[in-house]
Amino acid sequence: MAEITLRVNGSEKQVSVAPETPLLWVLRDTLELTGTKFGCGAGLCGACTVHLDGNAVRSCSTPVSQAAGRSVTTIEGLSASEGLPAGQLHVLQAAWIAEEVPQCGYCQTGQIMSAAALLAKTPNPTDDQINESMNGNLCRCGTYERIRKAIHWAANASSKARREIAEEEIQSDAQDNGGAR
Amino acid sequence: MTPISRREFIGASVAAGAGLVIGFYLPHGSRKQHEYFSPNAYLRITPDNQVTIVVARSEMGQGVRTALPMILAEELEADWKRIQIEQAGASTLFGDQSTGGSDSVRSTWDPMRKAGAQAREMLISAAALTWGLPRSVCTAENGGIKHAASGRRLSYGELANKAATLPIPTDVPLKQSKDYKIVGQRLPRVDSPSKVKGEAIFGIDYRVPGMKFAVLSRCPIIGGKVSSFDDWDSKKIGGVSYVGQISDSAIAVVADSVWGAMEGRRVLNVTWDEGPNKDLNTAAVRASLKEAAVKKGASLYFAGDPAKAGGRHFTAEYALPLMAHAPMEPGNCTADYRGSKCELWAPTQVPQDCRDSVAQAVGLDPDQVKVNVTLMGGGFGRRLEHDYAVEAALVSKAVNAPVKVIWTREDDMRSSTYRPASLHQLSATVDGSGFPATLTHRIIAPSITGQKGQPTPGNVDPDLPDEAGPVYGIRNYAIEYVMAETPVPLGWMRSVYALQAAFGLESFIDELAVAAGKDPLEYRLHLLAKDQDLPYFTTTWKTARMRGVLQLAAEKAAWDKPLPAGHHRGIACFGCFASYMAEVIEISMENDQPRVHRVVCAVDCGQVVNPSILEQQIQGGVVYGLANALRAKITIEKGRIVQGNFDDYAPLRMNETPTVEVYAVPSAESPSGIGEPSVPPIAPALCNAIYAATKKRIRSLPILSS
Repeated sequence: MAEITLRVNGSEKQVSVAPETPLLWVLRDTLELTGTKFGCGAGLCGACTVHLDGNAVRSCSTPVSQAAGRSVTTIEGLSASEGLPAGQLHVLQAAWIAEEVPQCGYCQTGQIMSAAALLAKTPNPTDDQINESMNGNLCRCGTYERIRKAIHWAANASSKARREIAEEEIQSDAQDNGGAR
Repeated sequence: MTPISRREFIGASVAAGAGLVIGFYLPHGSRKQHEYFSPNAYLRITPDNQVTIVVARSEMGQGVRTALPMILAEELEADWKRIQIEQAGASTLFGDQSTGGSDSVRSTWDPMRKAGAQAREMLISAAALTWGLPRSVCTAENGGIKHAASGRRLSYGELANKAATLPIPTDVPLKQSKDYKIVGQRLPRVDSPSKVKGEAIFGIDYRVPGMKFAVLSRCPIIGGKVSSFDDWDSKKIGGVSYVGQISDSAIAVVADSVWGAMEGRRVLNVTWDEGPNKDLNTAAVRASLKEAAVKKGASLYFAGDPAKAGGRHFTAEYALPLMAHAPMEPGNCTADYRGSKCELWAPTQVPQDCRDSVAQAVGLDPDQVKVNVTLMGGGFGRRLEHDYAVEAALVSKAVNAPVKVIWTREDDMRSSTYRPASLHQLSATVDGSGFPATLTHRIIAPSITGQKGQPTPGNVDPDLPDEAGPVYGIRNYAIEYVMAETPVPLGWMRSVYALQAAFGLESFIDELAVAAGKDPLEYRLHLLAKDQDLPYFTTTWKTARMRGVLQLAAEKAAWDKPLPAGHHRGIACFGCFASYMAEVIEISMENDQPRVHRVVCAVDCGQVVNPSILEQQIQGGVVYGLANALRAKITIEKGRIVQGNFDDYAPLRMNETPTVEVYAVPSAESPSGIGEPSVPPIAPALCNAIYAATKKRIRSLPILSS
């Protein structure tokens, strides 16, 4: 066991875990941030993608000790990481809704984190650039085509459109109470 | 809004005091007691105008939490923006709740429509009584009843108490499709916001206070068992609290974190009793199909005299491998066993089977087991099994605490149930123009249902009636099924036997077209030229509808127009789950491998409920089917599954994904299946395109077999 301090979504968090524990399980089990998903445990599917100091990493293959003292952003903190007020969607989240991307949705948080890292470096990517940078994120529902569209949507959205979509979402249509919680 | 739990929600509505609950089978007494309006189990309206629609199928990505409520809301004349969705757990109120066989819309189309119409009629009556007016001048519209002449309007919430006192009508009028306002619209899915925010709770995310985590060491040899184990090293791992055998073939390692349990299992020493299959390999699986092929088959379809001699004779044999579902969310289940009861939170396609299997495994009655259905990170048929639920209940019982069992990706790949390997023997005699005068398709495959000990009347696997029907109006036409045996655990995987049947048939038809020197589209259209009914078990396949999808796909793909240099096309069509599908694929060859540029799909699935979800399902099916065609192959060595993760069992990635266009034939027929029918045509379409490009015929999947 080791005491490790991380900066997660803007807050200092101290955890007491074995230092080789993958960051994924610290986020999910210790900090209860379950938006980051377990898919393969081997850096092959991208479902566990988070940002470490702004770069997309596979949290299933990143020992928590490597994240010590560094800044981790998960899907729960993505919007705030760009200075947006609480409750407002990140432009990619709005784009994912606008293009109706998710089917099962399990891989989508990882997809969005990878896409956010792409747009941070390449604000207006081509299809080839999208393919190259999203290729590490698997989706068994086959949503790739709509993901590509959503990334273009986000890249092209004016800041006004971004705000409108974000607000619209707050009062979206029929509400899903979810299953067991 | 903040999602609230089912329990909290029901509490809130009871506290609010009254309303209308429509429960098909709810006893009258219970309705009165709660005083909300609920004439059937699918619907509840409270006086605060909260309209709750219950979804009795499981959401695994296919959109049931949106599509099924749309059907009820249509008949109810509801205000879609006010609808709350509630997921049913295992229940006795809804009949069979299994989610599979592309059946959710098909099987709930009538009950959901009737449930909505029943409530609508009662609410109209309630308004008429309130106003002292005849029913005929009261109309339901957008969540309320209005009286047009006076401009008066009462919301469903305001009418709920009165409606709850009225008798429930049994025979209610249903709307005409031309009057639909909700069904047929591209309404946004209700589950998208929570899924993009990371707030959606999948099975793996569900937490119970005090919950432990377990991973299991399962025997890697098919049919093997635990001989002995040494937990000394495991118990030295921090947080590991229990190591114990929970079944013949599995040992559970329980810890206070997932990682602790995984580490505990990593150092666990187990000696396996390798059992009868320790020498099983892929060659033996293939050989068993060859051996079975000599047996006489059961007839699935028979027309004319398929044995009639004369004309040029063609035969070909097609082979398909074992495949794995590999949903993105690995297997998991949370269970809380408490002596006289057990509660589960299961990402499952079969809540009732989970309930019954768990009850049997832990020694309870089914009504002592409560199964809550969580969101699923994909299903594709893998979650028609209930192994994960039984494991969770057994471990919870063993440690006397709530437990979440989690499978790793390797567990999912190696302890799964697999799409059966199959062999297809096609033969035909052709007339002077090269069209088949006779056609016989022999399907040789083990029975999934039979292996699970369920009945297979007439030696026919009960899935085949939905998945292996005739496509063409060939006068002398036979389809036979030979049931093979295998020790490999089998499961129902997206489109089940249809993928195999379509690969055999639609590759062979293409071979015949090539031999006849005819265009493969024109060849197929000729075989569908006459309007014919082809009765097959409970479905009557119509050549006109198949012709319709072929023509639509060909038109949208501009089949008659030339392609860019180096590009080639393939076409295939197939019907399954009562829907008709045609696909045109456009490829080029790069380094001897196909690169897929575009797929044009045309479907006839009757009334479309939500065109956006339809497009999702078809695009997804094509991507899933392309992965199956190109690479999906599970192999066996020394009784063990070889593949373990997404490196050696590689799904399609974004750079391999073509644009997929989807066109639906306008139809007011009752809806048929849509989750699976896009999968079967894609492999033969692709192989037919590869033939067009290379003159090499692929008769064995996967295409990239090295």
